[in-house]
Amino acid sequence: MLAEPSPAVHDAPVAPRVRVLGEEWTELPRDLYIPPDALEVILDAFEGPLDLLLWLIRRNNINVLDIPMAELTQQYMAYVESMRRRRLELAAEYLVMAAMLIEIKSRMLLPRPVKVEEAGTEDPRAELVRRLLEYERTRLAAQNLDALPRLGRDFQPVSVLVVKLAVERLPQVRVEDLLTAWGEILKRARLRRHHRVTRQELSVREHMSRILRTLQAGGYKLFSELFPAEGGRPLLVVSLLALLELARERLVEIVQTAPFAPIHVRLCHADQPE
Amino acid sequence: MPISLNDLTDVKRVLETVLLAHGRPVSTAELRKVFEDELSPDFLRKALEALRQDWQGRGVELVQVAEGWRFQTRPEYQVYLERLNPEKPVKYSRATLETLAIIAYRQPVTRGDIEEIRGVAVSSQIIKTLEERGWIETVGHKDVPGRPALYATTARFLSDLNLRALSELPPLPEVMDAELLSPRSPDSPTEASP
Repeated sequence: MLAEPSPAVHDAPVAPRVRVLGEEWTELPRDLYIPPDALEVILDAFEGPLDLLLWLIRRNNINVLDIPMAELTQQYMAYVESMRRRRLELAAEYLVMAAMLIEIKSRMLLPRPVKVEEAGTEDPRAELVRRLLEYERTRLAAQNLDALPRLGRDFQPVSVLVVKLAVERLPQVRVEDLLTAWGEILKRARLRRHHRVTRQELSVREHMSRILRTLQAGGYKLFSELFPAEGGRPLLVVSLLALLELARERLVEIVQTAPFAPIHVRLCHADQPE
Repeated sequence: MPISLNDLTDVKRVLETVLLAHGRPVSTAELRKVFEDELSPDFLRKALEALRQDWQGRGVELVQVAEGWRFQTRPEYQVYLERLNPEKPVKYSRATLETLAIIAYRQPVTRGDIEEIRGVAVSSQIIKTLEERGWIETVGHKDVPGRPALYATTARFLSDLNLRALSELPPLPEVMDAELLSPRSPDSPTEASP
């Protein structure tokens, strides 16, 4: 049963704790009221029936070694009842605990047989108390563990980066290897440059032949006619180079009769006097 | 430059390099292997201690944990590291921590043992979380129907908590009636308010 709202309850944690059995603790709020809306929030915070029981015991200032079973069971059942009304997926553990509480309560109501009073008879609450204390120890131990400095949260491992830490061991490279590789590149580059030069020579040669072929007909040709009309600047340069080369090799003769007069070119002939 | 096994400075330098480069704690046995077992355990111990002293007063320290020796940052500098890497580390739930505490203090335990103490079913997710962190492992099976797995904590667990042995865990709290009645710590359930 949920009691009617009682403002005194909320002061419970700061109220003086009177733990003497019997009358005195009855001054303190014995029951507690939780507004229905807050119930779900509160239940989420509990780690199970033992946690809830411990909380009830604490809130009620109950001596755990002398639990008033009737009241505790009543309060616990009130919670379970509201939980059942609100959350269908109420964990079975809460119901098991309810059964255990009721069992203890009923056993305490039964008269104890006098004959077996000696060994073996213990308070029906003993098992519950043992479990409560054990759970409380665990709860505190968990807090202690959480308080210990933890790798990744409170400190980090320190490590310098080493290439071999990679799962696959990568090939080693030394400075000398780099130098060798660079040398190879240079060598290949030189080869390529040589090829390019050769092709240019061929190209000049090609135009030397072309010019010679043009002049083959005999007589003078106008200097400007020896240059292809199309082909752009590179072709003109190559043609000029070809013509100069031909002149140097004395295969053609270049003549100009007067300044700014047209230039003429003709083949040289070995038999011609120079 | 040859390394002299008799020279403390030389040995310290090797140890420092190995410990910094290994990326995981290095056990004393492994460290002796580094010196091809030619270093006496005493001298190794002395060198490690000297190296630890060398690093005093720095942001990084040399510590001995369950799995061996390792360099790690000092906790007081964690706040600065976090500013560089704002990703928050995992925070474990009460259920996970309580399960871990039971395994740590009561090992080896079965799932049933954990449930008996906590009063609730142990979710597989919790066990998986702890296993994936490398903190618990199955060390056998209890010879009862169902042969449930027996869980224990690992050396990794101790190392990650900066401990060398289980005996260094904080002692199990003695819970007396008075303590049960003392006000709960901040993680307690939300106080009811109308």
